[in-house]
Amino acid sequence: MNLEKMIDTLRDYSRPVKIMEVCGSHTAAIMQNGIHSLLSPNIRLVSGPGCPVCVTSPQYIDALVDCAFRPKHEVISFGDMFKVPGTKSSLSEAKASGGAARFVYSPFDVLTMAKEQPDTQFVVAAVGFETTAPVYAALLEKILAKNIQNVKMLSALKTMPGVLSSLCEGEDIDGFIAPGHVAAIIGLEPFSALAAKHRKPFAVAGFDGVPILSAIFEITRQISVGQARAVNLYKSVVREHAQATAAEKVERYFEPCDAVWRGIGKLSASGLQLRAEYAHLAIPWTEAEDVFIPSGCRCGEVITGKINPPECPLYGSLCDPLHPIGACMVSAEGCCANWYAFSGGGEVSCR
Amino acid sequence: MNEKIRMAHGSGGDQTSALIRGLFMKYFRNEWNAAMNDAAVLPLSGQIAFTTDSFVVDPIIFPGGDIGRLAVCGTVNDLLTSGSLPRYLSASFILEEGLPMDVLESICVSMQATAKEAGIEIVTGDTKVVSGRGGLFINTAGIGEIDGEPFDFGQVQVGDAILLNGTLGDHHACILSQRMEIENDICSDVAPLVSMMKALKAGNVRIRGMRDITRGGLATVLSEISEQTHGALQIREKTLPVKDSVASFCKVLGLEPLYMGNEGKAVFIVDGADAEKAKKIMQSCTYGENAEIIGECVPGKHPVLITSVGGKRRLVPLQGEGLPRIC
Repeated sequence: MNLEKMIDTLRDYSRPVKIMEVCGSHTAAIMQNGIHSLLSPNIRLVSGPGCPVCVTSPQYIDALVDCAFRPKHEVISFGDMFKVPGTKSSLSEAKASGGAARFVYSPFDVLTMAKEQPDTQFVVAAVGFETTAPVYAALLEKILAKNIQNVKMLSALKTMPGVLSSLCEGEDIDGFIAPGHVAAIIGLEPFSALAAKHRKPFAVAGFDGVPILSAIFEITRQISVGQARAVNLYKSVVREHAQATAAEKVERYFEPCDAVWRGIGKLSASGLQLRAEYAHLAIPWTEAEDVFIPSGCRCGEVITGKINPPECPLYGSLCDPLHPIGACMVSAEGCCANWYAFSGGGEVSCR
Repeated sequence: MNEKIRMAHGSGGDQTSALIRGLFMKYFRNEWNAAMNDAAVLPLSGQIAFTTDSFVVDPIIFPGGDIGRLAVCGTVNDLLTSGSLPRYLSASFILEEGLPMDVLESICVSMQATAKEAGIEIVTGDTKVVSGRGGLFINTAGIGEIDGEPFDFGQVQVGDAILLNGTLGDHHACILSQRMEIENDICSDVAPLVSMMKALKAGNVRIRGMRDITRGGLATVLSEISEQTHGALQIREKTLPVKDSVASFCKVLGLEPLYMGNEGKAVFIVDGADAEKAKKIMQSCTYGENAEIIGECVPGKHPVLITSVGGKRRLVPLQGEGLPRIC
């Protein structure tokens, strides 16, 4: 079907549906392409939990901050973790108060640092989904191969199928634009299983305007005819099965564990921890289930598709990218940050 | 010949004088500064435009230009936005101890050539030396003579056309590539747009206003102009010129050319009836070969981008910080 015809169909779609784009990069691409303005008011797009920073619990930040203040320790992290609030402070505030923390563009930078500063215990903050986990597995492989003694990992890695299953159990999301990068690693299969189990359509898509419109079109088409299956609209990158090398590497070093998702709660087997035989490379930490959420913050409802950011009372008034209160405003991938960036703090639609 | 700038070059004494005579006057001498008085005396008539800008770009030499060419072009293009013809320029140098003398000389050569190209005279200046890492900063201030009426975005009305003189994001992508040590063939677009402006005026194009697109990019500039115009500025993504190399670079880093800085690009708003004529004139000028009509002023309030799939996206100013020290 050509683009014009597809857009005409989407503009006239008459059945109220709620579609979740799981991944933060999809949220940004939807805004960039003005997708909202092309859809019938009956099609509501909501964001999901696919920004790693947004679902990181404040207790994890506390654990990093604790490491930053330990004698002869230094925390190594990607930059977007620095501003995420913990229960007491962010990593950035900890650094300003004398804690040791450094941001890197690549976690592999820690290998050089470890060599240059043999007396410092480096703590790598491992945060991300299936896309990032293989990177940390490869880092562990290097640490072991080179017998590096002064690098440890604090893992808050998470996996997608469990949280998507929990979202499917709630009634109100009708279909999902599945995360393209995660699918590139885990393949289409887990999404097919979710679609079959929960009777909801999933479309794996790339990150440009046309693929996103195609995904929305496919989901609405399936809903109209009562279908529920996972389709791969990102065939250049995504295969039926998991990417074997990456999966094997992750499995060698990590095992599933329960994980607390900010705004969602504890989900069994939705996180990755280092296997027992590599426990000497892990910094242990415990997650409390009662996740601390700042007063008034509705990030939890934003990333579960219950509301869009402007419905949160803090959005654009007390919470903006320079003064983020909720994690969804901190990361550039976060739903609230995306809405803010593309609307100047207001509504995005210019229908 | 590994001579370097030392603190004594900023003392105001012999060595300062030697630096001025031996280097700055070698390249910048003209009838307005030849007497080396503390202030230049300049003939002017009618209304003038006056502006200043400081340049702190890092690195100081980059593919397509250097801090000297940038310091001339930045102020020259700012003068053009008022509708004036750039006439006189001041140049203040803050040099860091350890700056190699041959680097400073190459920057003076570049400034002289750029000033000549832009038809502006460097008439006065100053030198200070500070401790640092062998870099330099330049401040320029410029005076332009208003030729006819000053531009006024308040005159923009529905039906006026929006033109852009070339590809977006070149300077920003160039500096970022240098900073990140990414090898590519992206060059800065730093250029003075004086001859283009003269050609448009000579062609009797009714120009409502012009803005150079520097930090914050086209989206930010359009948002700012929109505060003054009657009507909404609407542009079409499909018509925006972006070099393939810059587009790929942006895609990899998650940047948008709409928000990237340029140093030789400007948005011109002209009477709708003059749009095609203006485009042809711009395309015939140096620095205008990729000029395009990118949109028009329509009823409404906020600037809007019609995306390549036909969606409407409101354009808002750059949020948060862009890359520091690009100009």
